[in-house]
Amino acid sequence: MSLGIGVVYQFAPMLARRAHAGAIEDFFKKANGESPQTFTFAQFSDPHVGFQGPPDPLGTKAFEHAVDLINRAPQRPDFVLFTGDLTHDAESRDVHTQRMQLFKTIAERIHTPAIHTVPGENDAALDGGVLYREHFGDSHYSFDHKGVHFVALDNVSRAHPEVGADQLAWMKADIARFPATTPIVVFTHRPLFDLKPEWEWFTADGDDVMNALSPYENVTILYGHIHRQNFALRGNVKHYAARSLIFAFNDPATNAEKKQMPFDQGQPFNGLGIRLLADNATDPAVTLEVTDVELTTQEFGGVSGIQQLTKPNEALKGSSANDAD
Amino acid sequence: MTPTSKIATIAIVLAAAACTAAAPTYADAAPQVVKITAAKFHFEPDHITLHKGQPVTLQLTSTDATHGFMIRVLKIDTEIKPGKVTEMTVTPATPGSFIAICDHYCGLGHGMMKLKIQVEQ
Repeated sequence: MSLGIGVVYQFAPMLARRAHAGAIEDFFKKANGESPQTFTFAQFSDPHVGFQGPPDPLGTKAFEHAVDLINRAPQRPDFVLFTGDLTHDAESRDVHTQRMQLFKTIAERIHTPAIHTVPGENDAALDGGVLYREHFGDSHYSFDHKGVHFVALDNVSRAHPEVGADQLAWMKADIARFPATTPIVVFTHRPLFDLKPEWEWFTADGDDVMNALSPYENVTILYGHIHRQNFALRGNVKHYAARSLIFAFNDPATNAEKKQMPFDQGQPFNGLGIRLLADNATDPAVTLEVTDVELTTQEFGGVSGIQQLTKPNEALKGSSANDAD
Repeated sequence: MTPTSKIATIAIVLAAAACTAAAPTYADAAPQVVKITAAKFHFEPDHITLHKGQPVTLQLTSTDATHGFMIRVLKIDTEIKPGKVTEMTVTPATPGSFIAICDHYCGLGHGMMKLKIQVEQ
């Protein structure tokens, strides 16, 4: 089983070494008084709170383990991004509400000043995002942080896997005020390119989004949905997928059918890891440097530890373990 | 764009893409009709066989919620709404295996909805 606990990014714009750096620095100082600085943030994805039972008994334990881990990190992240499927879908509004509340209870344990979320289809596709917005606010928005512009995109709330014309127009207007050299991070749930359309790993109007971003020279896309680590370079845009916090899907390059990786009772966190990204201080041409760190389950050592880990979570009694994607 | 015109556009695009490779044997044949029913969380049938160059009319219906019918590589992407027949005529141009999926989220199990289309020479 390959469970990821999320992704930690260190962002050091190093603008002083880049062309047009002065223009960007001036822009952010005028816009919000912030000058570009090195900072770190984390990405968590697809905890599917509410999903528990065969074939995966972990429930929220990987999510909670990830929270504990990030809280022990030597450097507190400036914020944490959640790229969708915060909850597992539920037909009942009451059950889904409970899952959103449980998600917030766990997420709020993270020692960080801010949490930013986007919905996944499990959170928002059945009701058009009504319940999600009641709990988390707008499903698309943007903010600036220390010289980087962040854009949250919702590509799930329309049921069809798309951003839609209205949101695309909003994004175009939002980024139009920035110089082309501004570092931009877009975070969303589904991949914005055709990663594996027959597994629904795509966004129908993803090309329109990428065309709108094409004038910008420093764009990074962070997403979830595929429950596995992935990197793709499309033009000069880097697309990073985060691992899930509930279970992994198999490799689309070697499998015709999408399947959950089988749960390994002996190694419930097998393959679990974090990815560190840092600005490359020696090569200004490289925006982010990526380091993957594999985690262990040593905190749950021995038979009794593993049994404790895989014991059903009382808070999730009655939850379903149907297909999740 | 109305649903009717959208479907017509799909048919035209596919016909245009297929015309150079269409087999003469089927050029004047009336379209074969294939009925496909969508329901949570499967298509019935879940496997159909078509023939290269032979026009086929797909009649798509839903017994419960709105579903999608999408084959990205063929630029087919439409919705199937309960109570109405969504119809499209296509002419397969290339032998091979294609997967149609529901791309209108319909609940837990949505990811299981797929239909295999085998196009034979």
